[in-house]
Amino acid sequence: MDIFSDLRRLNKRQVYFQVLNFAMIISSALMIWKGMMVATGSESPIVVVLSGSMEPAFYRGDLLFLTNYRADPVRAGEIVVFKIEGRDIPIVHRVIKLHEKADGKVKFLTKGDNNEVDDRGLYKPGQLWVERDHVVGRARGFIPYVGIVTILMNDYPKLKYAVLGLLGLFVLIHRE
Amino acid sequence: MNTILARLNALFAFSLSVTAAVAFACFLTTNFLDYTQKVDIDVNKVVIKNMEEFYVGDRHDLGHIIFTLKANFTPVFNWNCKELFLYLMAEYETPQNKLNQVVLWDHIINRGENPVVNIRKRSNKYYFFDDGAFLRGNKLQISLHWNIIPNAGYLWRVPGGGSIALDLPESYGTSRI
Repeated sequence: MDIFSDLRRLNKRQVYFQVLNFAMIISSALMIWKGMMVATGSESPIVVVLSGSMEPAFYRGDLLFLTNYRADPVRAGEIVVFKIEGRDIPIVHRVIKLHEKADGKVKFLTKGDNNEVDDRGLYKPGQLWVERDHVVGRARGFIPYVGIVTILMNDYPKLKYAVLGLLGLFVLIHRE
Repeated sequence: MNTILARLNALFAFSLSVTAAVAFACFLTTNFLDYTQKVDIDVNKVVIKNMEEFYVGDRHDLGHIIFTLKANFTPVFNWNCKELFLYLMAEYETPQNKLNQVVLWDHIINRGENPVVNIRKRSNKYYFFDDGAFLRGNKLQISLHWNIIPNAGYLWRVPGGGSIALDLPESYGTSRI
């Protein structure tokens, strides 16, 4: 088999080269991600839609590109991605009611397109509105299906380890 | 290219690049089109009441609006527009909040469904509670907006032409809407 003959021919320098190569790939990916965070102003510039509450616009597995520019005010009808305190899962819903004071402080109510009622039942007990600080970003771009990989890997964690393990093995062993 | 694995790998990489290129082409060819449309909005009846808002606990003004809407969205649909999310929005100012925006009604039109909107004497879909009791004598700006959901691309929010101003009644009504 090709893989094992390659392995026998590896010497120290080549091993170092492969490890450095690997590190380069990881750090480039990290740089791109952090760069996007700065450019869009959002802590999570790309999110995967996790629930069916925005069907038929967004299905589970679709990818959303977010921006969160402070100078751009939130307006009713926008699709916002926000977090409830105490839970890490971001929610992607639409703003249906908005009240903004003269000093810029804003509070709004959200609802999923596919839900019958607004989100007050989803908020933290005692919370009636979503505020600017809860917002991770506003959906600006959309691409379908691409996020299915993330959902599959979350639903079947063994698959995640298998894929990562295989990828790591191929990068380290393969000479190119 | 002489093993199954190498061939599968090449095929996979190629289909990935082609799909990415098609998605980008979808975005490029439809992103800069004009999605505005003329809309006809009419308000048939307005009643304001004052009652305790659910969950909130305070007594707030509740507006009830019956409206008529006519619009034709045939030119807005193209190969990249998979859904049109329409929402009728009321915008107003109160001494308490400089800007208030309330969605009164929304509707989804998927590509392939009837793009002509002809709504007659429809009641608002969502409760129109103010964040206080400032609806009496106030002035609303009622407009229709729509959100273009593409197959791949930018999520445009388009304000429709034909917004109207509505003067709210000076006192609470008692009719049984």
